[in-house]
Amino acid sequence: MNIRTKLAEGIYLTCLPAQKFKTSLLSAQFIVPLRRETASATALLPSVLRRGTVTCPDMGLLSARLDKLYGARIDATIRKKTEAQCVGFVASFIDDRFAPGGKKLLEPVANLLGELICDPATERGRFVPAYFENEKVNLVNAIRSLINDKRGYADSRLLQEMCAGEPYGVPRLGTVETAEAIQPQKLYAHYGKTVASSRLELFYCGSAEQSRLKHALLSAFSTLPRESMADVPVSDFHIPASEPRYFTESLDVTQGKLGMGFSCASEDHIALMMGNTLFGGSSNSKLFLNVREKLSLCYYASSVYHRQKGMITVSSGIEFDDYQRASDEILAQLAAVQNGNIEDWELEAARSSLLNAYASMGDSQSRMENFYLGQIVTGREETPEDLAAQVRNVSLDRILRAMKTVQLDTVYFLQGKEAAQE
Amino acid sequence: MKQTFYERIGESVHRETLPNGLQICIVPKPDYAKKYAFFATRYGGMDTRFQLGGVWRDTPAGIAHYLEHKMFDTKEGNALQKLAQNGAEPNAFTSNSMTGYYFDSTSHFEENLEILLSFVSIPYFTEESVAKEQGIIGQEIRMIEDNPDWQLYTRMLRALYQVNTSRTSIAGTIESISHITAETLCDCHRAFYTPSNMILTVVGSVDPVHVVDLARRILPREGGPVISRDYGDEPSAIAKPETKLSMEVSMPQFLLGFKCRPVDNGEDYLRTSLLGDMACDLLLGESSPLYQRLYSQGLIDSSFGGDYEIMPGAAHLFAGGDSKDPHAVAAEIQKEVERVAAQGLDPDFYEQVRRALYGSYLRALNSFENIAVSLTEGYFHGYDPLRFPQLFDSISSQDILDFLHENVSADRAVLSQIVPGD
Repeated sequence: MNIRTKLAEGIYLTCLPAQKFKTSLLSAQFIVPLRRETASATALLPSVLRRGTVTCPDMGLLSARLDKLYGARIDATIRKKTEAQCVGFVASFIDDRFAPGGKKLLEPVANLLGELICDPATERGRFVPAYFENEKVNLVNAIRSLINDKRGYADSRLLQEMCAGEPYGVPRLGTVETAEAIQPQKLYAHYGKTVASSRLELFYCGSAEQSRLKHALLSAFSTLPRESMADVPVSDFHIPASEPRYFTESLDVTQGKLGMGFSCASEDHIALMMGNTLFGGSSNSKLFLNVREKLSLCYYASSVYHRQKGMITVSSGIEFDDYQRASDEILAQLAAVQNGNIEDWELEAARSSLLNAYASMGDSQSRMENFYLGQIVTGREETPEDLAAQVRNVSLDRILRAMKTVQLDTVYFLQGKEAAQE
Repeated sequence: MKQTFYERIGESVHRETLPNGLQICIVPKPDYAKKYAFFATRYGGMDTRFQLGGVWRDTPAGIAHYLEHKMFDTKEGNALQKLAQNGAEPNAFTSNSMTGYYFDSTSHFEENLEILLSFVSIPYFTEESVAKEQGIIGQEIRMIEDNPDWQLYTRMLRALYQVNTSRTSIAGTIESISHITAETLCDCHRAFYTPSNMILTVVGSVDPVHVVDLARRILPREGGPVISRDYGDEPSAIAKPETKLSMEVSMPQFLLGFKCRPVDNGEDYLRTSLLGDMACDLLLGESSPLYQRLYSQGLIDSSFGGDYEIMPGAAHLFAGGDSKDPHAVAAEIQKEVERVAAQGLDPDFYEQVRRALYGSYLRALNSFENIAVSLTEGYFHGYDPLRFPQLFDSISSQDILDFLHENVSADRAVLSQIVPGD
């Protein structure tokens, strides 16, 4: 069975039938290139749209409508997937089998989703000025507040420095400057262009029959303008630095944050995925067992593999004075993986960890939605089962060959203000 | 073994109590690939003063959490590694009144369960391994100290309560954990990790008889005595009305807390927590007039929300988020409480919110962890959480007004704030 089908021009539907959940999930996502100039405007769209539609022009009416649908939720979402922004809404509502009084919820929720996207509340040919101003301030505040979560802040700063000049270095919500510069007319024009020319990916997981689902969605999106469809952007590999680059920043914090970025020249994705799991991708990884358990240098030290960019990044929280020890140890553990200093149980644990994640994917609607969206954005068609089969077959030799291409690229350190003054 | 069916929510639970006093709950989940086990003791961050062998003992703040970290050590090494080879990634958490250990896995479930039950019931500490953990937990404490949400919440509890041990930080402080020794950890394990103080919950497609047999075989034959605990004799007055801390944040954050009446165990516990949740939604949830007014005025953003919480000898209703003017929002919340008390609740709005909350209780059953944690809390506090549909039927808007009248008043309110540093 092909789970993804073309519903209409530029509209695709990924449908995963399931009877076991209490709720159904319905998601509508536009795929937009991530660019410095437009990132903030694109990020602003779902929250302005979420303020009101022609038939429910304010938040009170909208939330009353959702409450009456047994607390259906429609959340505005903005995700950075490689070098694309995915913006739209994710709806979750009680599955028909559990709705008291046999009420059908799919059709009314799909309709509301369609209205939010196609029929926003407007005044004189643009978004309602109060909604625009409100949400613009909220966006600026949200960008500024990234600093409140120091781990997330440090992770994002590492990517900005490492990928300066590449779209991947653009933060998910853009920057304070680009957000503050958004004009009402321009945003409305940007909205028109985005909905008319970006691909719309719909995702459904629940108990409804395919034909009923398609009918509901075609009707909900019947007025969506479809003009010349822009291609989904392809993201390029990170351009490695010739020499490692070092960045330090000082804030009023009690714990230091160490971020290390590596470039990977290999395109053997599965081998790198396994290599990363061995290195820092699980609680049995080299980083966890050595930097944390053996040397007690930190509470967390973990790594992430950025498949489409050919990158691995490490994130850790340490004492300011342990900077050198921690970075030496992280590099030593990478070398251990590259030199094949890996015990059998470590290899099997890494493999089992990935296999367990793929096997249990179907137990979570939101994980499936996120997984398939990631696949679609990168033009991949493997299912979790396909990836599991590849993981089963990848040899240690392949893993080592791929991991030998991993090189230190960028180091970011967030330290305290006192440390900076010494 | 007793099986209870909950038709309205499509669930069933097998329950068994072993001769050693261990409670076992099994929730069948056909069609799911993963199986989840949760093994918990009624022992948390608040249980620092208790009676053992007729003597009152005072233990260092953070000891339950420290014990949780050290339980993963086994004679053979570390339980994480054994479970990892079977694709299970175990984890644990310590809350104010419980410590829970869990894993999910898609294969080797019974083998994994055996490992879980063994490592949690057999302590293996050395002075050296206990000392080594100081570094790791020290970094965990530093990490949460830099977290504004944690600071805001902890400081609110300290303003609300004069003596109740909810004032104690679950992880303790760098100073308090320096007093923890292998011997104290052993004493606490002996006191609280007895089968009669614990519950095992399994969610997934398993053979209930096998689970019960396995627990019977692995765990000690004898239960333990009931341990008296001292949470402090809390007066009804608050400790102080305001608390404020300056941190590296982008805008002020606040929580307004109301000290509520402590709640007895039994079905009234569930009923009161439902009333508290409803009261929050009616007063200040997304659909409430107050939320919409403050949101349109730019005084709150989507970070705004509230909750009602019951702890041993304590209960509080609180609300907050980011705001440029926390005092103004706090005053508006107080006014809304008075307005509702004077004017009562609009029947349509009450019905709308009740429906939405029912939907969110139902949605929570998608999560295995949620099911296990709520069955555990229900067991510790003497109620059945899956009876929520019956309780929804039994409450009225008058109950909400009575709840507000008894629990929410201006003279028992505290305001906790985090403000940007200079």
